[in-house]
Amino acid sequence: MPYTLDVEGLRKSYGDHLVLEDLDLQVGPGEIFALLGPNGAGKTTAVRILSTLIRPDSGTAVVAGHEIGTAPAAVRAAISLTGQYAAVDEVLTGWENLVMIGQLRRLATRRARHRATELLDQFGLVDAADRRVSTYSGGMRRRLDLAMSLVVRPTVLFLDEPTTGLDPRSRRDMWSAVGTLASSGVTVLLTTQYLEEADVLADRIAVLDRGRKVAEGTAAELKAQVGSETVELFFDDAAAPATAARVLEEVGRLVLADTDSAATDLVVRVAGDGSAEDVRRLLDLLAAEQVPAARLSLHRPSLDEVFLTLTAHPADAPAPADDRPLERTF
Amino acid sequence: MASLTHDRHSWADPLRDSRIFIVRSTRHSLRSIDAMVTSIALPVVILLLFVYVFGGALSPSGGYVDYVVPGIVLLCAGFGSSTTAIKVNEDMTNGVIDRFRSMPITGTAVLTGHVVASVVRNLASTVVVLGVAFLVGFRPHGDVLAWLAAAGVLTLYMAAISWLAASFGLVARSAEGAGAFSFFIMFLPYLSSAFVPTDTMPVVLRGVADHQPVTPIIETLRGLMMGTPVGNDWIVALAWCLGGILLGWSGAAALFSRRTAR
Repeated sequence: MPYTLDVEGLRKSYGDHLVLEDLDLQVGPGEIFALLGPNGAGKTTAVRILSTLIRPDSGTAVVAGHEIGTAPAAVRAAISLTGQYAAVDEVLTGWENLVMIGQLRRLATRRARHRATELLDQFGLVDAADRRVSTYSGGMRRRLDLAMSLVVRPTVLFLDEPTTGLDPRSRRDMWSAVGTLASSGVTVLLTTQYLEEADVLADRIAVLDRGRKVAEGTAAELKAQVGSETVELFFDDAAAPATAARVLEEVGRLVLADTDSAATDLVVRVAGDGSAEDVRRLLDLLAAEQVPAARLSLHRPSLDEVFLTLTAHPADAPAPADDRPLERTF
Repeated sequence: MASLTHDRHSWADPLRDSRIFIVRSTRHSLRSIDAMVTSIALPVVILLLFVYVFGGALSPSGGYVDYVVPGIVLLCAGFGSSTTAIKVNEDMTNGVIDRFRSMPITGTAVLTGHVVASVVRNLASTVVVLGVAFLVGFRPHGDVLAWLAAAGVLTLYMAAISWLAASFGLVARSAEGAGAFSFFIMFLPYLSSAFVPTDTMPVVLRGVADHQPVTPIIETLRGLMMGTPVGNDWIVALAWCLGGILLGWSGAAALFSRRTAR
C-alpha cells in the first residue's frame, strides 16, 4: 500500500543553521503521526515544507501521491493546514470564515453555507457564529481553525502544535476533535511538544531534536527503548547519586535523564527489565562501590523520560542560541 | 464527516478567487471605521488648510480653490491607497496567510481583494472630499464626459498606488514599516504642480517636479475637471499609471509566492 506521506532526505537550513537534517518519514493512509520535539527541533519547518509553504534545500516528499516540488497545486488540493498561530481571519465572524473557505474550496455558495452551519454545530461554536473572531477565546479560535481545515475533507491534515497555549480543558476538547478525525480516515501529521498529547493522539511518533529524527515508533516502542521498567533508586547521602550514576554508566547501564529537577537531588533512574535478578545486580553493584541505595521503586517509563533521554544533549554541545528550553507543562 | 466534492478547476478560478477576496477585504474596510475616518478626515483638513490658510497668500485674487482641488483629490487617493501596504502586511504577519497559501487557489487573489477594496474605498472618500470642495466654493467647468475620464484616470492612479503599496507591504517587516509607504506617497504631490505651478520653483526642483509621475496626472485631472485643454499630459499620465500597475502587480505576484510568513 502506498504511503500517504513519503518523505526522504528532507533538508533545510537558514544560513549556517541547519534546521532539518535528512528527515525520512513514511505515514500510511488514515494514520495519525506525531512529530514530537522541543522548540527549535524543526517540526514546524517540516510541516511548512510538506504543506508547500517553503521549499526544502534537498530531499523529496510525496504527499497524497503528489511530489511537493513538481506538483504543489495538486498537493494543496489534497491537504489542509492548521498552523501554529490560529490561521483564522480575526475581522470576520466564525461563520464568514467558514463560508469563505468553502467558496475558495469551490463549493457552491449554498453548499458552503450549509457546511459552515454544520461545522459550527460540530465544534460547539453556534453561539459565537456571528461574532468577530477577535472576540473568541484561544480554545474557540483553535476549534474554528480546525473546522476551517475540514470544510472539504482533506486527504492529509497538518496540525502544527494544535494545543500550544490552550488551557487543559480546551486541550481535551481539541484532542477529542482530532480523535474523531482518525475514524473518518483522514491522515494526520501533528506536531507537538507535549508528550502526553503524542501519547494520547498518535499511532506513531517521531522524536525530533535539533533537526534530526532521534527515534521513531509507537509510544510503547519508544518507551521500550529505555527499558521495559524504570528502576528509581533513592539515596540518603547528597553526594551519592552522582557517584552512583557514574558507576552505573561505567558498567553500561542506561541512566535516564532527570525529568523533574526539583525533586531528583537524591534520585537516580536506571533502565531495567523489572526482574528481581536485575534489581539485585544493581543493588549489589552500588553497595560494592560504597553508594548503597536506601530505597527503590519500579515503574513503567513515561514518555517524558523517553523523550529527555533521547534528546539529552551532552554538556560539550550547548544548544543553539535560538533553542528555547523545552516547555513542559505537566 | 460528510464526504465532500474535491476541488474542480476551470479558467474562471482566478476570477472567482478574486471575487471572494474582494468581499473579504471590503468587509475589512467596512469594519475598520477608524481607518475610514482618517482617510476622509485627513484630505478634508488639508483641503481646508490650503483653501483658507494658504489660499489667500498663494492667490490673493481668489479662485485658489479651483486650482488646488484636483491636487487634494489626488493626495487623498494616494494616501488612502497606500494604506493597502499596512493591510497586506498585516495579512502576511498573521497566520491566516499560511492557510491561503496552502490552498489550491490563485495566490495573488488575496492581493487583488485588497487592491480592489482599496480602490472602491478611495473612490468613496474622494466623493466625500469633492462634496466638501463644492461647499467651500469649488466650481469646475468640465463636462460629464471629461469628469468620467477624470474618474478613470483617478481609478488607474489608485490601482497603481494600491498595487505598489501591496508590493511594499510584502517587503516590509512590520505594519509600522509598511505604514512608511503612506508618507512617501503623501510627499509626492508636494513636489508637483498640485499646490503651486512648477514654474514658481527653483530650476532643479522644477526639473524634478515636471518629470515625476504626479504632475502629469494632476494636470490631466485639472484639465478634465476644469474643462481646460489637457494637451499630451494624459498620455504621460496613463503611461505612469499603467506602468505603476504593471510594476506593482508583477512585483507583488513575485514577492507573494516568495515570502515565507513567520
